[in-house]
Amino acid sequence: MKPPVPQEYDQWLEQLQTVDFVLTELQLYLDTHPSDPQALQQFRAWTERRRLIAGQFEAQFGPLEATGGARSLHHWDWVESPWPWQV
Amino acid sequence: MWIYQKKLQYPVRVSQCNPRLAKYLIEQYGGADGELAAALRYLNQRYTIPDRIIGLLTDIGTEEFGHLEMIATMVYKLTKDATLEQLRDAGLGEHAADHGPALFYHNAAGVPFTATYIQAKGDPITDLYEDIAAEEKARATYQWLIDMSDDPDLNDALRFLREREVIHSQRFREAVEILKQEQQQKHFF
Repeated sequence: MKPPVPQEYDQWLEQLQTVDFVLTELQLYLDTHPSDPQALQQFRAWTERRRLIAGQFEAQFGPLEATGGARSLHHWDWVESPWPWQV
Repeated sequence: MWIYQKKLQYPVRVSQCNPRLAKYLIEQYGGADGELAAALRYLNQRYTIPDRIIGLLTDIGTEEFGHLEMIATMVYKLTKDATLEQLRDAGLGEHAADHGPALFYHNAAGVPFTATYIQAKGDPITDLYEDIAAEEKARATYQWLIDMSDDPDLNDALRFLREREVIHSQRFREAVEILKQEQQQKHFF
């Protein structure tokens, strides 16, 4: 069993889930409206917000994707943080 | 290919251990109109749908796997602290005899998942109508589940999933209109 996550974990996770939700909605819209400049601009802006929030989340709670798992040369970060159904 | 993200699409919380509710929820895991069927249906239809719709099927199919993970999380959280006796009393005795504490792809009545739940006709409008119907059936299932559940935390996540079915249905309806318009245009060679 992994140690319990800190209290701020939920708040940060929900921020991330919120920006990702906006991006998912824009993505589905753009799939069938690929030339809508306003949607494209929104997608760009929210991608940048996502980059910042995901960076802060990963710095505190570990990698969101396995490619970020080797920040330390001593242990494999990817398997350290809890899995989604464990929090 | 696919890349895994270590988070759920939307938070899943449950108020208390409730294996009876888990037994019902498994309908959306391995049932006819569940999330597994949805993901497999759309991702398989991608190869023969017109180019303009491939992106939509790819991205909705991918989102369905995220929903599958949310349902699994609900079932896991509702049953992880249950004793074998509680599982048996909730009607999960037959399940436990085969799978112990593991999840499995079957419906609420225990019927194992089958590929006959999904269709692929290679006719774009036919396939998209199938997809619209699938989303509406899933939406209706989520409504039954919400009506039967007395867990307010769980219902929050179930409502999110129900709304996603509505969005996907609307996206597929729009895709049908796009294809119809394209078919009506004159083609010059």
